[in-house]
Amino acid sequence: MTKLLEITDLHVAIAGTEILHGVNLTVNAGEVHAIMGTNGSGKSTLTKVIAGHPDYVVTRGDIRLRGQSILEREPEERAREGVFLAFQYPVEVPGVSNMYFLRTALNAQRKHRGQPELSGAEFLALVKDKARLVDIDAGLLNRSVNEGFSGGEKKRNEILQLCVLEPALAILDETDSGLDIDALKTVAAGVNSLRSPQRGFLLVTHYQRLLDYIRPDHVHVLLDGRIARSGGPELALKLEKEGYAWLEAATTPS
Amino acid sequence: MAQNESIQALTEQEYKHGWVTHIDSDQVPPGLNEDVIRLISSKKAEPEWLLQWRLRAYRHWLTMKEPTWQKPKYPAIDYQSVIYYSAPKPKKQLNSLDEVDPELLATFEKLGISLDEQKRLAGVAVDVVFDSVSVKTTFQDELKKAGIIFCSFSEAVKEHPDLVRKYLGTVVPFTDNFFATLNSAVFSDGSFCYIPPGVRCPMELSTYFRINSAGTGQFERTLLVADEGSYVSYLEGCTAPSRDENQLHAAVVELVALRGAHIKYSTVQNWYPGDKDGKGGVYNFVTKRGVAEENARLSWTQVETGSAITWKYPSCILKGDNSVGEFYSVAMTRDYQQADTGTKMIHIGRNTKSTIISKGISAGHGDQTYRGQVKILKSAGGARNFSACDSLLLGDKCGAHTVPYIESSNAGAIIEHEASTSKISDEQIFFLRQRGLSEEDAVNLIVNGFCKDVLNELPMEFAVEAQKLLGLKLEGAVG
Repeated sequence: MTKLLEITDLHVAIAGTEILHGVNLTVNAGEVHAIMGTNGSGKSTLTKVIAGHPDYVVTRGDIRLRGQSILEREPEERAREGVFLAFQYPVEVPGVSNMYFLRTALNAQRKHRGQPELSGAEFLALVKDKARLVDIDAGLLNRSVNEGFSGGEKKRNEILQLCVLEPALAILDETDSGLDIDALKTVAAGVNSLRSPQRGFLLVTHYQRLLDYIRPDHVHVLLDGRIARSGGPELALKLEKEGYAWLEAATTPS
Repeated sequence: MAQNESIQALTEQEYKHGWVTHIDSDQVPPGLNEDVIRLISSKKAEPEWLLQWRLRAYRHWLTMKEPTWQKPKYPAIDYQSVIYYSAPKPKKQLNSLDEVDPELLATFEKLGISLDEQKRLAGVAVDVVFDSVSVKTTFQDELKKAGIIFCSFSEAVKEHPDLVRKYLGTVVPFTDNFFATLNSAVFSDGSFCYIPPGVRCPMELSTYFRINSAGTGQFERTLLVADEGSYVSYLEGCTAPSRDENQLHAAVVELVALRGAHIKYSTVQNWYPGDKDGKGGVYNFVTKRGVAEENARLSWTQVETGSAITWKYPSCILKGDNSVGEFYSVAMTRDYQQADTGTKMIHIGRNTKSTIISKGISAGHGDQTYRGQVKILKSAGGARNFSACDSLLLGDKCGAHTVPYIESSNAGAIIEHEASTSKISDEQIFFLRQRGLSEEDAVNLIVNGFCKDVLNELPMEFAVEAQKLLGLKLEGAVG
């Protein structure tokens, strides 16, 4: 099995405060990992630091993609190497059409991989297919990126980008929060359609609900900046029933 | 270094030397007085009425005070040290693009300027295959067939004196303002255009004639008359960087849209902005105004990226009933550039409409002011105006200011004004980089999105160039 993502002893600080205190995690190609945890446990920090957000400083440890450390890589380099982050709060870019933005992003990545850039017509055909998959209205493709989108539309738009860019490692930061059940199913369908032996997923979620639709191979609980427990899908079910208190009691801070 | 300096000194000397042979006939000494104006007029073999017009302007100018109300301040200009007439300076001719500064060529490349145009801009002798003169002639023929007059101002004075005399100064009178009055006294040359009744100009004027706009000098004068029911789209300027030794540019543009005519006037301005520390650079102090008769429409679109100081308000006098005025503007200032720009919409006729869309981008120590006037006269029943002024800040040392003047003497008028100031957020940039765009491309995309409403108003190929120009201007402005 190919090790896609390896995180070892990762310590991360933002504005001088350490948030992650030694995270270890390995995602193999073909696997789906779910990360659960209370608010403030460091879940979003973990996703952003993998993507290379400049505000987060790695003070110790390493993040490797396919065996190569990516700590020194710019966010766009990590993206082109196949790291994708679906944002918890998708950003608006006024005046830039969704379609144009997607094509620019895809072509930037294709260029990096030595593939020819797609023409407008080729891209249109591709994106229409993908839009159908995540049930995005064609009208949204011509609107400005996320501008005036509903909460659900923004999240589905993130999944559309995921489907268009087809990354090696997809990280979803609470993509399920704020979604109604239909939207959740659509998002899950989009993700499931991309599951493949070559691709890895890291799903950050508060709720077991998403995992009813996207079945994870591994579940991890992040607590106070450390992975407190790892297990299979049954761990998520236990958390759903019993909450996090039993874990907090079991973990004595060192 | 020392060697470079001496080479420079030598070439300058040669240049001076070459100049001397012409100096008696083609240059007047610095300074301004009635004799200088008479000399300019006689050099151009102008009719007496035009000389008198210049002289009246000059005499009026002597009574005027230079304005000081604008935001950008500049050191006092010594008007007696300016040379008001000189023959066009011969550019050093090069034999091939290999002799051109590679940095300049790289800029052309980025702007997507065609090879033959690159040659022309860089002063390379154009070979026979790309004979621009013959291209020009072909289009001149086509225009002639349509009855359109498009020529230099001096030529128009000779060939079409009645038209020039009828319209010159009717939109911007010689008493208008300090710089327009100075221009009226000493203007060197410029363009004249006349579209006959009912004619739709078959091409974007000056796309093929950018040649005309090169080297027009510091006191340019443009007069454009669209007769009843006609249409013309006029392009001014160029995205290629323009260097000029003349610091003060005081141009005047007059547009006359007769009943039912539509004039679309687009400008891309990229004059030398000065160096990184704000030294040098062009003062672009221009008076642009149009008058719209009944059912006529005037559209100004400008992309202002150059000059140390840009100070101009392309305006519309909506005189006729149902006339329409539009102003679309993108102004970008970086380093120490300053801009004080906007428009005036004067509603006189009934049911007149005006739209103002202004986008200001500031980076570095750049500072800009949107200043706009919407004036609704009592006679303008049913008048409407919509204004939207947005500013985008890059970094924390730049400035943006919005100064709208709204005066309505008609209670039935509808006036809307929106203004916003925003910064490019770090989250936007991170989002775009996460999708694979470089930081520069991310900023570019955001800025182009911000300007989209204005860029959309430009003729297609100009819009593409302008978009590239904005990207180029942003290089190194972020980070």
